[in-house]
Amino acid sequence: MLILTCPCCGVTAEETEFHGGGEAHLTRHGPDSDDDQFHDYLFMRENPRGVHFERWRHVYGCGKWFHAARDTVTLEVFGTYPAQTTEPPQHIREAISARRPGWSWRGLS
Amino acid sequence: MSEPVSALGGLRYEGFVRVEELPPRGMVTLRGDLGSEGLRRAVRDLTGLDVPDAGGVSQGAEHAVAWMSPDELLLLMPHAAAPEAVTQLQAALAGEHAMAVEVSDARAMFRLTGSGVREVVAKLAPVDMSRAAFRPGMIRRTRVAQVAAALWMPEEDCVELVCFRSVAAYVFGLLKVSAAKGGEVGAGY
Repeated sequence: MLILTCPCCGVTAEETEFHGGGEAHLTRHGPDSDDDQFHDYLFMRENPRGVHFERWRHVYGCGKWFHAARDTVTLEVFGTYPAQTTEPPQHIREAISARRPGWSWRGLS
Repeated sequence: MSEPVSALGGLRYEGFVRVEELPPRGMVTLRGDLGSEGLRRAVRDLTGLDVPDAGGVSQGAEHAVAWMSPDELLLLMPHAAAPEAVTQLQAALAGEHAMAVEVSDARAMFRLTGSGVREVVAKLAPVDMSRAAFRPGMIRRTRVAQVAAALWMPEEDCVELVCFRSVAAYVFGLLKVSAAKGGEVGAGY
């Protein structure tokens, strides 16, 4: 069972109280971008076996969006952090490194 | 004016705990910066209660103030007092980035009483209902089976639960099944 802690209200609940919002930290290419960038933004997603970063919404609770770093195989959650970031904060990366040395995800490690 | 009526006309059920639908209650949703002195004063002037900490509910004789999210409160009061409360809040919060809306008629409210209330809720919602984790004075927004709800304990052995009025019959049905005699789990809450 996937158990997440909402960083906005502090509630820890299992995944049915939340709703997944897809991959985190996408760059939204819009006007003035070229076709390849827009194509990648629309269609290209990571599908890792292991460390992954996602957006989640506490849909039955406080209603806020947040980010989660987790393992797609074991459902271990390395941490959750606010939605108002464009990349994972240092303490989340360190928490992942402690559990999964040598991890990498979209150029992050 | 037409008489306010609750969604189910005050249905009751006696299982191993009592389930009852409560009469119409005044409810006002207040959104804004919960840390702002203006908002805290407005809530205190209206209800006589302080803005609760995250995940808490403060209760008075007629009023209650429930923390719904980092920028939202639910104010409970007598049904007839809600329209006036909105006017008062809007006047008090003029110039602040805040919003007060009356939602009394959008909601249904239930009360569970009896020593097994924790079990009845635990069967329906993904909430740790053990005495150590969930105590009177806390509020939890969650789901009961398939619909959104908020619940708190005014005191031990009593749970009050708010849901949308449109799903009141569904929620009453759920609570009935969960509270049916013979359905005691004996989880030792």
